[in-house]
Amino acid sequence: MTTTPPTTRIPVSGLTKRISALGRARELGILVALAIVVVAATVKNPAFLFSNDGWRDLLLTPSILMLVAVGQAIVIITRNVDLSVGSVIGLTAYLTGRLFIDMPWLPIPVVVLLAVLLGAVLGLINGALVAFARVPAMVITLGTLYAYRGINVLWAGSTRVNASDMPREFLAVGTGSILWIPILTIVALVVLAAAAWYMRNTRGGREYYAIGSDPAAAELYGLRVTRRVLTAFVLSGALAGLAGVFYAARYGSVSSQAGAGWELDAVGAAVIGGVAITGGVGSVWGAAIGAVLLMTINRALPILGIPDFWQRAVVGALIIGAIVLDRVLAVRQRRRLIEARDDES
Amino acid sequence: MTTMTGTTQATRVIPGHAKPLWRRMLLTRESAIIGLLVLVVAVASVTVRGFGQPITLNYLLLDIAPILLIALPMTLIMVTGEIDLSVGSMVGLSSVVTGVAVQAGIPFEAAAVIALLVGVVGGAFNGFLVTVVGLPSLAVTIGTLALFRGLAVGLLGTTAVTDFPETWTTLAKARIAGTTIPYIMVPFLILLVVFVILLHFTPFGRGIYAIGLSKDAARFSGVDVERTKFILFMLAGLVAAFAGIFYTLRFGSARGDNATGLELQVIAAVVLGGVSVFGGRGALHGVVAAAVLIGVISSALRLANITSDVINIVTGVLLVLSVVAASVLNRLQQSRRRPGRPPRVTASTAT
Amino acid sequence: MTATPVLELADVQKAFGSVIALRSGTISVDAGSIHALVGENGAGKSTLVKIVAGLYQRDAGTFRLRGEDVDFTSTAQSKAAGVAVIYQEPTLFPDLSVTENIFMGRQPTGRFGRIDRKAMRHEVERLFTRLGVAIDPDRLAEGLSIADQQVIEIAKAVSLDASLLIMDEPTAALSGREVDRLFAIARSLRDEGRALIFISHRFDEVFDLCDTITVMRDGAYIATSAIADTSVDEIVRQMVGREVTELFPKQPTEIGEPLLEVEGLTTPGVFHDITFTVRSGEIVGLAGLVGAGRSEVARAIFGVDSYREGTVRMRGKPIPQGEPTAAMRAGIALVPEDRRKQGLVIESGVGRNITLAIRRELARFGLLTTTMENRAAAVWASRLEVKAQALDTVAATLSGGNQQKVVLAKWLATKPEVLIIDEPTRGIDVGTKAEVHRLLSQLAGEGMGILMISSELPEVLGMADRVLVMREGRITAEIDRADATSENVMYAATHASEQLQ
Repeated sequence: MTTTPPTTRIPVSGLTKRISALGRARELGILVALAIVVVAATVKNPAFLFSNDGWRDLLLTPSILMLVAVGQAIVIITRNVDLSVGSVIGLTAYLTGRLFIDMPWLPIPVVVLLAVLLGAVLGLINGALVAFARVPAMVITLGTLYAYRGINVLWAGSTRVNASDMPREFLAVGTGSILWIPILTIVALVVLAAAAWYMRNTRGGREYYAIGSDPAAAELYGLRVTRRVLTAFVLSGALAGLAGVFYAARYGSVSSQAGAGWELDAVGAAVIGGVAITGGVGSVWGAAIGAVLLMTINRALPILGIPDFWQRAVVGALIIGAIVLDRVLAVRQRRRLIEARDDES
Repeated sequence: MTTMTGTTQATRVIPGHAKPLWRRMLLTRESAIIGLLVLVVAVASVTVRGFGQPITLNYLLLDIAPILLIALPMTLIMVTGEIDLSVGSMVGLSSVVTGVAVQAGIPFEAAAVIALLVGVVGGAFNGFLVTVVGLPSLAVTIGTLALFRGLAVGLLGTTAVTDFPETWTTLAKARIAGTTIPYIMVPFLILLVVFVILLHFTPFGRGIYAIGLSKDAARFSGVDVERTKFILFMLAGLVAAFAGIFYTLRFGSARGDNATGLELQVIAAVVLGGVSVFGGRGALHGVVAAAVLIGVISSALRLANITSDVINIVTGVLLVLSVVAASVLNRLQQSRRRPGRPPRVTASTAT
Repeated sequence: MTATPVLELADVQKAFGSVIALRSGTISVDAGSIHALVGENGAGKSTLVKIVAGLYQRDAGTFRLRGEDVDFTSTAQSKAAGVAVIYQEPTLFPDLSVTENIFMGRQPTGRFGRIDRKAMRHEVERLFTRLGVAIDPDRLAEGLSIADQQVIEIAKAVSLDASLLIMDEPTAALSGREVDRLFAIARSLRDEGRALIFISHRFDEVFDLCDTITVMRDGAYIATSAIADTSVDEIVRQMVGREVTELFPKQPTEIGEPLLEVEGLTTPGVFHDITFTVRSGEIVGLAGLVGAGRSEVARAIFGVDSYREGTVRMRGKPIPQGEPTAAMRAGIALVPEDRRKQGLVIESGVGRNITLAIRRELARFGLLTTTMENRAAAVWASRLEVKAQALDTVAATLSGGNQQKVVLAKWLATKPEVLIIDEPTRGIDVGTKAEVHRLLSQLAGEGMGILMISSELPEVLGMADRVLVMREGRITAEIDRADATSENVMYAATHASEQLQ
């Protein structure tokens, strides 16, 4: 057999179409849920959407969580988790304020860069411990959650950074808009697009999925697992660092408790957005939409007549609902895939 | 007779242990923690003013009582390789349930029972999702952490219930006659004995270790893996609820945000106490010593006027160090045990 | 003029501590050839392959690839040198597509490092056409049959332009049609000038596909012959190296009443209508190729897996399914196939392992101490002559033979009436093998009923009073000891004949 036969085009099977449609359906589903929430709240109180503040807050509040959720999604996709992001936000937000106070001659972009760098370094510590010491990320980041927050409180004491301490231009970016879209939202969307592109279209991005899908196989393939895990945590830390800057710009007031509890919201956003806690599945788009959904629900609850102290319960119920749904779908998908192969043979 | 050789020579007797008792007892992680505890207590007594006072012990034990209590079932759960992050939220929820019930006119004793039931139901919910639905416990308990806390905060909002019968609130802080040891240590010690027996001296406990070391082998040997885990999650919910009742009485106040972050302290104590995060390894005496150690360090630092955030840093760093150290030690042990043995290969082996 | 062989190994040695896995590994594979490597379990084939793949490093001996000395310290190096191994259980990423699995780590890229998906798909289609397969490249790898997974591994190897492909028991889990497809692919690869090594127990396949055959035994090289110049009998004789019948004497015993009765056991896709009886004093051999479904039947009987239809009865009483404790209470014990993952809690001590199944019986007032465990464990450990330093020695440090003894001790301690034992002597040294066989014979003599699953023909023929043969989930033959020969057992294992009741 020396002649090369013409390449046969293999048609995409119906099953594959259905499964990829399911993935997109998840993202579509949360978008629909988001739309429902917004519509319901607006019906109750038109100012929710149709007022300057309403529209701005709708887009602005989730932007910060979006960044963190994107970073968390990348880490979770590699079959790890980063519980320290809340503390990282606190430290970098405080650093931002402190730099403005103690070194007012620093140009704003440099301050931003330094804060992001701090976040990256904090992420590097996590990543090094996980990748080199081979310790479960959950435990490591639980420890750094504590340690980083403790450093934050030690540093800040009982002082706060106030809006008056920060340059007006900086705060303007935090609350300002271009063409009715808040600047921070635009930045967040740009970051999101870049991350999504990276995860979908580069070798590095695909390797994250491989590592989360089967870490042992990834080693056998010769993928550089250690390096990838390290970078995932650095990215998560850097994005949390940027979120800290956003926090300072948006709220203008930073205490030592800034960002506390955000790690749970970030994990929740990712899980609701379709990122499987076991890794290998999901997208940063889903995590971002999940973040928007979570924050919007939080704001919509009081308008819908539910006191906002039920927020946490709603988040918890959503997380559990999401992972149960994922499990049921995964079992069904597996069964269908196996049946399909038995049919073919 | 089932002797293999079929001869009448005396069968070789295998000794029970390869190493002498002192080596087995002393060269363990638990002993290291106990030793560290003794050391820190000694140093603190000398260097920190006021630490040596008997009243310090009282406050220390009152402070760490919830951690001590919950660390017991948490140890068992982590030995099976699972985890329960929702215990802190359950403490808060049970505190709120007690408060709400008392506020509604229900006598305190009955309210406490209701809170305990809530704990059992919450634990069963966790257990159901893990064993029946088959979800990873990390994901489930992150969700229930939010759910239980959310229910707690939702039920009470921003208010607090402070109207508890004085007999009970004084009992919570009272001391055993003639000592500075608070009464809560009595139920704790009872529970400690129960859990020690359960984990170290019953077939159920043997099953727990087997599950943590090799779930498949445990199943093939007749261990009911699902039932065991379910029971453990229920126990965790129950004990957390009990700790919540104590917490409420000790501070005389039921609030939605009671005991936020408690789960981290419990896990830190368990891991520091020598329990492996991968499961299959650990003992209760190490965990108790580690919880007391964390309490001692907090207490000493507070008395030395060092702020409480340093305590958090110390706890966090201790947690990280102990896990990393355990991982490093484990790898050394593996390579020493089998010189030249190949690393674990995942590709199938046909011989 | 002879071309340089693609692979040359000469007198390669490898030991793990005191266990010598490979004594003299020798093989020489030419380009454009399919070279069979055969030998019993424990012959050293697996170790040899792992050295070539870069997983292990040899202690001594020559290792040449295309005439040049090589020394691989990682699988990545061997891959780069053109060596590909297709394992029995391929490792793919279940959540990624077939295409991504093939190209992971080396996807074709365009500007800015952007993956060129169109080029990738085109390449996959080209590969699949060449190999004559039609798997949907965008399909997730999850749920693919083993046969398809292997094809994907081969596609990967071809796309890496591997010059040496090693296939380790590839046909174990394949149906007839899939085997044909695999062979067609292998032949076309050979015709392209690549070298293939084919490890298998199935002689009909070996003689069908391969042109050369190398035999190994007990870690040593025995002989290489051209397929055309040799026969199955000759190969078997080289593999076993001794007269078959003498080694496994089963004492003639009085066979008593039926103990275990299995009727109509069915799980769709796994096994179908399994019916047989095990009587007191009897050893029933369950033979067949790997993947025939024997272990699945054993697990279903014991309750680790559930089954769709059928009944399992002990002494006439039906046993509820899905509960190992119920089977244990009824008097059944199962020594599973995977010693390290299913038979033993490998990181636990010898004493703990031995007493795990009887932990409830040992407890007094619900309490159990290590002293009580050790007392019971010591009895069984010395009866079976387990060679361990102490009862708290970790099971992972024991030799394969001693580990198997610990598993046996554990189950014998439950005083079972029926013992199901899956691959009793796999990976065990010859001496312990004989001990195990003597033990089984003794147990049968004492009235125990034994169901022995084995892939080693001589073992089955020597030990069993009756041989059941399974193929692709069904019992295809039931042969009495007197009539059983390796030929008719093998025939039943590889051909679907009418099912005998």
